[in-house]
This record gives sequence, C-alpha cells and structure tokens, in this order.
Amino acid sequence: MKIVVCVKQVPDVIELKIDPVTHTLIREGVPSILNPFDEFAVEEAIRIKEKHGGEVVVVTMGPQQAREALLKCLAMGADRAIHLTDRAFAGADTWATSYTLAQAIKRLEYDIIFCGKQAIDGDTAQVGPELAEHLRIPQIAGVKKVEVDPKNRKVIAHRETDEGYEIVESNLPVLLTAIKGLNEPRIPSIMGILSAKKKEIKVITAADLADDTSVFGLKGSPTQVLKVFTPEPRARGVVIQSRDPNEAARQLLELLASRRIISLEKEMEPQ
Amino acid sequence: MSQETTKEVWAISEQHEGKLRPVSFELLGIGKKLSEKLGEELAAVLIGNNVSDLAKPLTAYGADKVYLLEDELLRRYTPDGYTKALSELISNKKPSIVLFGATINGREFAPRVAARVQTGLTADCTGLDIDDEGRLVQIRPAFGGKLMAMIVCPQKRPQMASVRPNVMKKTDPDWSRKPKIERVDVNVGPEGIRTKILDIVKEVNPETIKVEEARIIVSGGRGLGSPENLKMIEDLAQVLGAAVGGSRAIVDAGWLPHHQQIGQTGKTVAPRLYMAIGISGAIQHLVGMQTSDIIIAINKDPEAPIFKVATFGIVGDLFQLVPAITESLRKAIAKKN
Repeated sequence: MKIVVCVKQVPDVIELKIDPVTHTLIREGVPSILNPFDEFAVEEAIRIKEKHGGEVVVVTMGPQQAREALLKCLAMGADRAIHLTDRAFAGADTWATSYTLAQAIKRLEYDIIFCGKQAIDGDTAQVGPELAEHLRIPQIAGVKKVEVDPKNRKVIAHRETDEGYEIVESNLPVLLTAIKGLNEPRIPSIMGILSAKKKEIKVITAADLADDTSVFGLKGSPTQVLKVFTPEPRARGVVIQSRDPNEAARQLLELLASRRIISLEKEMEPQ
Repeated sequence: MSQETTKEVWAISEQHEGKLRPVSFELLGIGKKLSEKLGEELAAVLIGNNVSDLAKPLTAYGADKVYLLEDELLRRYTPDGYTKALSELISNKKPSIVLFGATINGREFAPRVAARVQTGLTADCTGLDIDDEGRLVQIRPAFGGKLMAMIVCPQKRPQMASVRPNVMKKTDPDWSRKPKIERVDVNVGPEGIRTKILDIVKEVNPETIKVEEARIIVSGGRGLGSPENLKMIEDLAQVLGAAVGGSRAIVDAGWLPHHQQIGQTGKTVAPRLYMAIGISGAIQHLVGMQTSDIIIAINKDPEAPIFKVATFGIVGDLFQLVPAITESLRKAIAKKN
C-alpha cells in the first residue's frame, strides 16, 4: 500500500490569546502542534503499512517551521516527508491549498490518501474533499474504522452519519478523512525520534510545481478575508453559592422563565 | 466560473429518508433575506427520489421555485452522485449564491462541488449578508471561536457557503403559496458512483433530539462520578425537552457516544440554553459551546472556568441540585397544564 498523509501544523488553539488593544491573535509564545485530527490519519496509515506493507509519505504545506510537524510524523513511523514551502503559497484558502497539494501529490504513486477531517485552527473540513476532487478520486469523509483489502484493491470504511454510521466500500485509490475514535495515536519512541532525523524531507517550491505561480496562495484563492474581529465578549453572569438546593432551583426557574425558556404564567397568577 | 449569473439564490434542501432536515428551512429563511436584498429569486434544490411532496413545505417556508432532481441513484446521499447532479445544474443555471447546511453530508459534498465548478466556499458560516457592491459577505468563527472572519468571494461565481445549523431563523410559513416545480434531468449512472454503501447502522433513536439541532442541551461531565449518574442528566433533559451532551472526559470513558461530545474534537453548538453539569469547562469544551445564548453551570468548585462563561452559575453539590431542579421543573410544568 502506498499511502500519502496530508498534515498541517497548527497553533495550539487552546493557548491562543487575543491582544486586547489590536484585537488580533498573539502568536508569540504559542506552541505549534501537529493538528490532532491529522494524528489519527498518520497513525492509521502507519497501522495499514504495518499490516499490509508499503510506504507512508507525509505531505505538508506551510512555512519553514512546519518541518517540526513532519518530524513528528516521521518519528511516529512515516517513511518520508514532502514539505511544500514557498512565499507564493502563503495566504491560501481551502481551494488554493487543496489545489497546491494536488499538484504535488499527482506526481506521486498512491493507493490511499489520508487527511484529518479538519484542522483545529480553521475548522473548515474542506481541504480533504476538495483535494479528492482535484485528483478526480473517490472520497469517504469522517471515517472511524478502515479495513483495506489489498488483493481486491478495495477499502471498507465506517463513515459517521447523523444517525450512526454507514459501511462504505470504495475501490483504490481513495481519499479518507479521519475523525476521533479511529485509533489512539502512538507517542513517538526515543528510537523513532532519533531515526526521524535520518529520514528524507523533500522541499518543494512553487516553481517546482508550475511556471505561473499566481495559481497558488492568496492570488490563487477565490475567497478573500475582508477582516477579522473578536466576537462580543459574554456579559458577566451571576454565580451563587447553593446552601439550599430548593432555593437554588427556585432562582434557576425564575431565570429560565424571565428568559422565556419555560413559562410559569399560571404559577404567577394571584391565588 | 465567470461573473455572469442568473438572478437566483439557491438553498440546497437536505432530506434524509424523505424528511427535510431542520437546517433546510433555516437556509430558506436567510436565503429569502439575501435574495430580497439582491432583487433575485430564491430557489430550493431538492435531491433524492420520490421527494416531490417536500416542494410544498419548501415553498411555504420561502422558496420561489423548487428544482427537483430525482433518481433512484440519488435516493441516499453519496458524494459522487450528489456532486455530479448539483454541479451540472450549477453549470447550466449559473446561480449567484448557493447555500448548504453545514451538516455531516453538506460539509462532505459542498467542497467537492466547489472544487468541480471552480469557485470559493466558506465553511460553517454563522452570519451572511449582502454588501454595497452586491457581494455575499460571509461571517464565520475561526480559532475555536476566538476570532470571527468576514469573507467574500470577489471574482468567482457562484458564491458558496455552508451554514451552521440552528443559527439562522426560519420565516413563518405561508401554506397558501403554490409550489413552482422545475424537474431537472439527472445524468448519474451507476458507474459514476464510486463509493458503495454496504450497510447502514443506526445508533441514534430517530426520536432523540440531536445536539446540533437542539434548542436546549443538558451536558454532563466528570463531576457525575459514574455512568449510572448520567440518568440524572437524562431526566432533567427529558423534562426540558432537551438533547443530552457530554464533555470529552465522559465520552472518552465510554459513557456517551462520540456524536454527543461537545467541544473541540466533538460538536460545536449554540443552543438557546446550555446547561453544564459537573463540567469544569476546559477551553476545549468552551470552544464548542460558549456562543450559546444562556449558559447555566453547576459545579462544586467555585474556581471552575465554566463559571467565567456562565449566565447563571450555582456552586454546590450536583447530586442534590440536579434532582431538586428536575423536580421543581416537573411541578412547574404540571401546575401550568
């Protein structure tokens, strides 16, 4: 099985703070991590390789420091990595990101492409399906179980739905996006971390993929961000200490009635 | 696709086993506002098989016309089938705007359609408007809701967005409106659908309220102590007609299935009322629920971060408080009836 996994380095959203004056993100001091959904994808790819043999290639598009995310994937057990990095790639929306990834991946051999369902910074869940379309291959998005049948060149996946899940079959090649529950990603061992440093990370620039680099990045993006702003802060609420549960319950009901969540009209009527 | 469009705003109406999802009506509500501002028509696009009955409610809730795409191969959603059917219709009719519900299926096939018709798509929007230049302005949260982004698609058409369920208001239905149905020939052959559904597993009782569609959610966390105590949460939810959710801790412990997890690796919700019971409020949980209208928190730890976002917080023993609240609600409702 030749498996390509697309990964993204993201800021640890939990640690992000907003500058109270400029209302912009403070990025300094915020650790960058491998997108958690991508960890499920990398882990599953490695497990498939361990079972059926083959190769796992991780691909990322991002600035120089995104190399750290690739090193983590290599330490987990991926075989080699491709780093798409160029100023021309910056500012890409999901269309341009998926297009750029497709230009690099179509030069590779692959049976399965894995992505995390979404990245925790943008939360769009669009790059996977858009990439599948650019490559003209079928997709199964949001999978929590995967079985590969190399002999018949098929996969069978459990895809999450609103009601439960579907068991879906597809011929190879196919693109799958991973959700929580697919597996428990391994923590890289010391040996893994040491061997990662010896593995290949191939750097690809915009000029390697196209003569006209205006198809990438901000220039190649159909959508544009007009502005970003911070949401209205929540009004400060009331916190009470409960000494008497019934009294606390009464106050709560009053609040729910005043906000029209429940109606206590009859109770309010004079006796 | 170029700027040349017909004067139509489209709402993709998602149906499942012949029933429209609630977000389909919400799309018509916001679609109506946008189409009126633009002086355009609002069309519902209905994909399935033997679903023409649904044209009537879609019309009552605001659709000026209904494109009906029926085929046995479209009875159940597949990314290939739905992408092909819709992309061909977009290429033929050239609408100015196409709106999808940001449901599991909507978010899987909208990007595929966008890539095929080569236009932009904005995910999971919570606000939509038309600016002075007649462009669709799309507002969506990013970075776990810490920032909001305002996005436009200046050149490519149609302008496409998926819209978060339970955010937009539906209009009051007018059942006197007569549906104007335009049947569309569909060219989806079996060879065009490359994924095959082998089996459908239902884990959710169809009567159960889904967290992403609920007006009220009652969620439990680690403070419940053990899975049997989830019963308290369910009883309270039942009295309120609410959906049941949970923190990552109790989902990871196997007390609740993943589709009921609220937070970063689960669902993002914004109901009218969110009750967090025995949930400390780790930021991973807060990003999934902090835009709810009213937040009520019950926790024994006065320092729990959940109290920072709570409209009303009660510091105390949930094992006493929750039954007392459930009982008072029961009485209040009984008295009213």
